[in-house]
Amino acid sequence: MRERLPALLAGLLFGVGLLISGMADPQRVLAFLRWGAGWDPSLAFVMGGALAVTVPGFAILRRRGRPLYAERFTAPASATVDRRLLAGAAVFGLGWGWAGYCPGPALVGVGLGHWSAGLFVLAMLAGALLTSRATR
Amino acid sequence: MHTEWIISAAGGILIGSAALLLYATSGRIAGISGISFGLLTGASDRGWRWWFLGGLLLGGWLAAALSTLEAAAPPFSLDTAARMLGAGLLVGIGTRLGNGCTSGHGVCGLARLSARSVAATISFMAAGMLTATILAKLAGA
Repeated sequence: MRERLPALLAGLLFGVGLLISGMADPQRVLAFLRWGAGWDPSLAFVMGGALAVTVPGFAILRRRGRPLYAERFTAPASATVDRRLLAGAAVFGLGWGWAGYCPGPALVGVGLGHWSAGLFVLAMLAGALLTSRATR
Repeated sequence: MHTEWIISAAGGILIGSAALLLYATSGRIAGISGISFGLLTGASDRGWRWWFLGGLLLGGWLAAALSTLEAAAPPFSLDTAARMLGAGLLVGIGTRLGNGCTSGHGVCGLARLSARSVAATISFMAAGMLTATILAKLAGA
């Protein structure tokens, strides 16, 4: 219960936030990523709003030492910026700028029953599986 | 125009609060790609991942049902289908190689002051903007 309830609540908040922010609408995401006439800057405020909470929040939490229901804060194993990281992020950006979906909004689209999001998520999971197999 | 900014910022604040809640309770990073792929690769801690993703789908659905903010799905076309499959594949490969997406690197990693996340965020923002801008130019927009 100490695992599930916070996870469910965080997921709910996240899903509501993604939908109302406009991130779940690929056309708006593309209008934000597309420079030139008709550029829609409003989605910059999504990351701005999120960071306004997480930057001070994470700093305060780390000073407290440990999370409420776990031994320690998880930290990704690697700390070095390497070519694999930069290339991977660029390939992700390529797909994001092509369809206007990143993983969270695409999953929200699945929940809304959008066929396009369903295809995107299936291909995304296949791509992730193939990559895990190939780089193991 | 201004109301759009305010609604987007409010959505962002909710996203940030969700990430903070998960980090404060379980110490986990709210990275959607990592949470999803953990279910595929047989991570030992699958329970909370299902609950989080279930909440994500339910939250999006509820917000759409209670507001007028949902955008309609595009009409079916082979063109759009091919784009979704191709782009989805790239996003899956890229987020695996790069260990994260917009949420894990962009929202949580930047707040953790992780150099890897700063580099990844610059890389995917630049690639995303270049791709969207060039494709629009090619389409003659």
